Amino acid sequence: MSTRLTHGGRRIDRSKPVTFSFNGKSLKGFQGDTLASALLANDQMMMGRSFKYHRPRGVVASGAEEPNALMNMGEGGKFEPNQRATTTEVFDGLAAKSQNHWPNLEFDIGVINNSFARFLPAGFYYKTFLFPRFAWKHIYEPFIRQSAGLGQAPKARDADTYEHFYFFADVAVIGGGLAGLQAAKTAALSGAKVLLMEQDPFWGGRAAVDGGELDGAPAAEYVSRLVAELEAMENVTLRTRMMGAGVYDHGYLLGYERLRDHAPELAGPRHRLWKIRASQIITASGAIERPLSFAGNDIPGVMLAGALRDYIADYGVSAGDRVVVVTNNDDAYKTAMAVKAAGLDVPVILDARAGGGGAAADAARAAGIRVENGKAIAKVTGGKRVKSVKICAQAGEGGVLEEIACDAVAMSGGWSPVVHLWSHCGGKLVWDEEHAMFRPDETRPPLGATGEGFVIPAGAANGVMDMGVGLADADHAGRKAVEALGLTAKAVKLPEFEQAAEAPLEPVWMMPQGAGPKLRMKAWLDYQNDVKVSDVQLAAQEGYESVEHTKRYTTLGMATDQGKLSNINGLAVLSETLGQAIPETGTTTFRPPYTPISIGSIAGEARGAVFQPLRRTPMHDWHEANGAYFEPVGQWRRAYTYQRAGESVHEAVNREILATRESLGLLDASTLGKLIVKGPDAGKFLDMLYTNMMSTLKPGKCRYGLMCSENGFLSDDGVVVRLDEETFLCHTTTGGAERIHGHMEEWLQTEWWDWQVYVTNATEQWAQIGVVGPNSRKVLEKLGGVDVSKEALGFMEYTAGKLGGFDARIFRISFAGELSYEIAVPASQGRALWDALFEAGAEFNATAYGTEAMHVMRAEKGFIMIGDETDGTIIPQDLGLSWAISKKKEDFLGKRAQERAFMADPERWQLVGLETVDGSVIPDGAYAVAEGKNANGQRNVQGRVTSTYFSPTLGKGIAMGLIHKGPERMGETVDFPGTDGKTYTAKIVSAVFYDPEGEKQNV
Amino acid sequence: MSDVRSALAGASFEGIARVKEAGLRGMISFRGDLSASKVKAALKAVSGVDMPGQRGCVVNGESGLAWMSPDEVLVMVPHDEADGAVEKLNKALKGQHFMAENVSDARAVFTVSGKHAREVIAKLAPVDMSGFQAGEIRRTRIAQVAAAFWMHEADALTVVCFRSGAEYMFGTLKIAAQTGSEVGVY
Repeated sequence: MSTRLTHGGRRIDRSKPVTFSFNGKSLKGFQGDTLASALLANDQMMMGRSFKYHRPRGVVASGAEEPNALMNMGEGGKFEPNQRATTTEVFDGLAAKSQNHWPNLEFDIGVINNSFARFLPAGFYYKTFLFPRFAWKHIYEPFIRQSAGLGQAPKARDADTYEHFYFFADVAVIGGGLAGLQAAKTAALSGAKVLLMEQDPFWGGRAAVDGGELDGAPAAEYVSRLVAELEAMENVTLRTRMMGAGVYDHGYLLGYERLRDHAPELAGPRHRLWKIRASQIITASGAIERPLSFAGNDIPGVMLAGALRDYIADYGVSAGDRVVVVTNNDDAYKTAMAVKAAGLDVPVILDARAGGGGAAADAARAAGIRVENGKAIAKVTGGKRVKSVKICAQAGEGGVLEEIACDAVAMSGGWSPVVHLWSHCGGKLVWDEEHAMFRPDETRPPLGATGEGFVIPAGAANGVMDMGVGLADADHAGRKAVEALGLTAKAVKLPEFEQAAEAPLEPVWMMPQGAGPKLRMKAWLDYQNDVKVSDVQLAAQEGYESVEHTKRYTTLGMATDQGKLSNINGLAVLSETLGQAIPETGTTTFRPPYTPISIGSIAGEARGAVFQPLRRTPMHDWHEANGAYFEPVGQWRRAYTYQRAGESVHEAVNREILATRESLGLLDASTLGKLIVKGPDAGKFLDMLYTNMMSTLKPGKCRYGLMCSENGFLSDDGVVVRLDEETFLCHTTTGGAERIHGHMEEWLQTEWWDWQVYVTNATEQWAQIGVVGPNSRKVLEKLGGVDVSKEALGFMEYTAGKLGGFDARIFRISFAGELSYEIAVPASQGRALWDALFEAGAEFNATAYGTEAMHVMRAEKGFIMIGDETDGTIIPQDLGLSWAISKKKEDFLGKRAQERAFMADPERWQLVGLETVDGSVIPDGAYAVAEGKNANGQRNVQGRVTSTYFSPTLGKGIAMGLIHKGPERMGETVDFPGTDGKTYTAKIVSAVFYDPEGEKQNV
Repeated sequence: MSDVRSALAGASFEGIARVKEAGLRGMISFRGDLSASKVKAALKAVSGVDMPGQRGCVVNGESGLAWMSPDEVLVMVPHDEADGAVEKLNKALKGQHFMAENVSDARAVFTVSGKHAREVIAKLAPVDMSGFQAGEIRRTRIAQVAAAFWMHEADALTVVCFRSGAEYMFGTLKIAAQTGSEVGVY
């Protein structure tokens, strides 16, 4: 059984008990415990079930590499699945539930999958569930949906907040173990601005647990000294609980800081994502221990040797009373010594090496521990907990020599440098045959903008496992970093140490070496996804020989632990099966993040009300208060219509149109683009940009203009106003403001840089209101201050003055076809003018109208809309707008393009009006069909609808569309099939449905 | 004109820093040859300060100049003097090629003040705030909107964005200034 020891545990504070719950059961731990150590202390070794076979799973590791102990944590808005118990610090009230079982952890019906393991090997997804076809939707899919996934999906909105932080450093050091601390010191003393981050709450990495002496004192003391020195330096920023999540181009690094996971009662954001730009990055990310592949290596109680002694030293927790140690290296002997020192039993150390271990083995024997060389584990017995190990010869096929009862197995297959962050941005690896590890190839680092390396590995992450030698390596890394910055590296005194004499490791990729199929089917590589040695061999046999294929076919390394414990073991098995060397097989691609980070941290502040910047006009509050039904126009919110009590959207739109045509409508047109173009060459410039002649426009006059792209396609339209000799005001569509400004700047900066023209985007400087309808002049006269009589301000003219006390620009232009004005005032006066117009307009039944009423009214007049009549392939000639294309101009954007054969082709569809014979509304996007079928067997088409509405003014549906030879076919009917089974028959008519003589706007 | 209003008049928030909407400010977008002595003199006459260098910003109360680009400068004056200042510039530089547009109302202005003001900005703008000093203007973004800011006094920054984004800007600054969110770096 696993239990709390009476002494020890450097991280826990025994004076501060903590109460938490696991699967509803109330348990106790201490401050400083992780959920894993606290559960072990309560003899809860089994912590979950595996993904595919629902096998019992116990904790295997002590850190971020843990694959098994995954928990559903918290409730409601704080719920989060798949949290590792090994990195979750306990706090009062923590509520955790194990995952992937039903009805409960102890008795799970899902384990029936286990019995069918023979029929559910790797890759079975691709072979089963194919037939019968109907079963896919009704049987397979619902079943798979139910059983897939480990944790539960959260159902409530995330109750926590998150944020980002931009930070800049000369040298960023990832990892706060001995190597990271030392490298940071060297870099900082040499004058670099240093950021040092450590994912754990504690500095020092493995130094305190693995012992050893530096300068004649325990390594932990040296750690404390280093930390104190760094804390005292101004140019050093230290952060714990912060993981280096990913290394990206040009020294961009993400740091994931967990602020409140350990103390949720504190105010503030839960996680902070640091967006760091560093000139040099040092990866001192340590190494991860490898499991050994023997049958039953997944039974709860089988753990990594390093982790088992971590629990003793850091948390005062014993994983088992009787611990069998199995290893291929000297390092695991430390665990045997630690177990013994805690007063527990080590029945045997099984050293797979025929020659056994070095000094560490001697010390173990001297301590009275039985050590067997050349021996291995044939099989572990037990279901939910280790019961015993069956011992065999490593060189053999698993013939059992002896069985020893025990309740924990500490295994070590060696240590793999954590090369992930080195690899993220292209750093290459080299296979170190002597130490059986992949480590960074320093001749091929990730390259920065100038082609120089910007990442430097240090310590165990660089394959240097010895503590003392690692410090020299770290110092070297620090020096290399500052030299790359152009600084002089300062000499730093390193501590004295004694390098331990270790016997070399021997790679053991299968235990025992000749294990048969039965044993190989129970030797686990990937604990989370249930991938066994036999699965990788199967993949190779089926032809999935590339390591990337093997990974996807077997799902090895595709679980939430990203293969941290299974990666190397898996590719070694693949290599042996294919008969090739490990470096030939290579590794799969390492991708950020190093371990999972919360989606909330990626979103930062961008959620809810500030998910996107919503742009609001100065009258927005009025719209909201008056029943506005908003539509998005780019990032703006514009009122589509204003619904009064009991009105449907459609009814509101109709009411607005009738009220405007009858009397007076008011439109918030503030979002329209307003570009001021000024300079001696302004006229010449606009002549190039518009299809019309603009340089001939006189001050005080307005002209409707079209802009085309270089390719001749209609890009934007709007009214141009000449303010004075050198200054024009160009209106654009709402969506076109920034786009056309950019278009203008591009041509001025790259083609016509010697023309004297400046452009300012004044869109937001002016609030703009459409005052529309037969009584529009009357309401302006009520405001007074400016002569807006027919004589003083004719159609398409402009004037300015103090209108009712407001600093106004008044444009007499019409989009609705009624007597109409647009009034522009500085935005700070916009709301006040809006209110004043409603007050003065009350006697005229002043009615606010939205974008839909505006769209319908312009369609009644046959005016085009950018985005409806245009789609990027339409030219002005298609829309009957040839009158707007100057014949006199030598050149303008789009002129030559429009002369191409395809554009001048009379077969191009032309714009006309469409009137259904029964008054119905043609559906949006409908196509007009023609006789016969084309070569693909599709019905021939002869046109399509571009705009379609119900017109309350005319009491029937109206539409505009592009029809083949349309203008020549007035009166003919065409058919538009709908998606509702109906066919809409429409007569080709003039697009100007209302007031064809244009009398209304000329009063 | 009595009822002029800024985008979020009176908005204020107190967290790890104080965030306030700063009301209407006079701003003129000036384009021209910034090295011409006539231009420099005209700009000094309306703003009261000398032409700043690249990314320079000199503000005296509500008046000042900020360098925006090699041919653009932001002229600051009290809000109700902006139109007048444009007139003055038009007169002083008549015959030359330049542009002076009153863009006061196109902007929303906020102040972020307090010990942690730099950190609030550093959460939202990709700018190295560790060495950021008075006398510098930075044109960048704050989260998802274009913004500019400068330090108008110790531990206090002025942030400018488009008027339409005022509510978004205030909402975002509030989140960055939330209680308990000190980073502890600057």
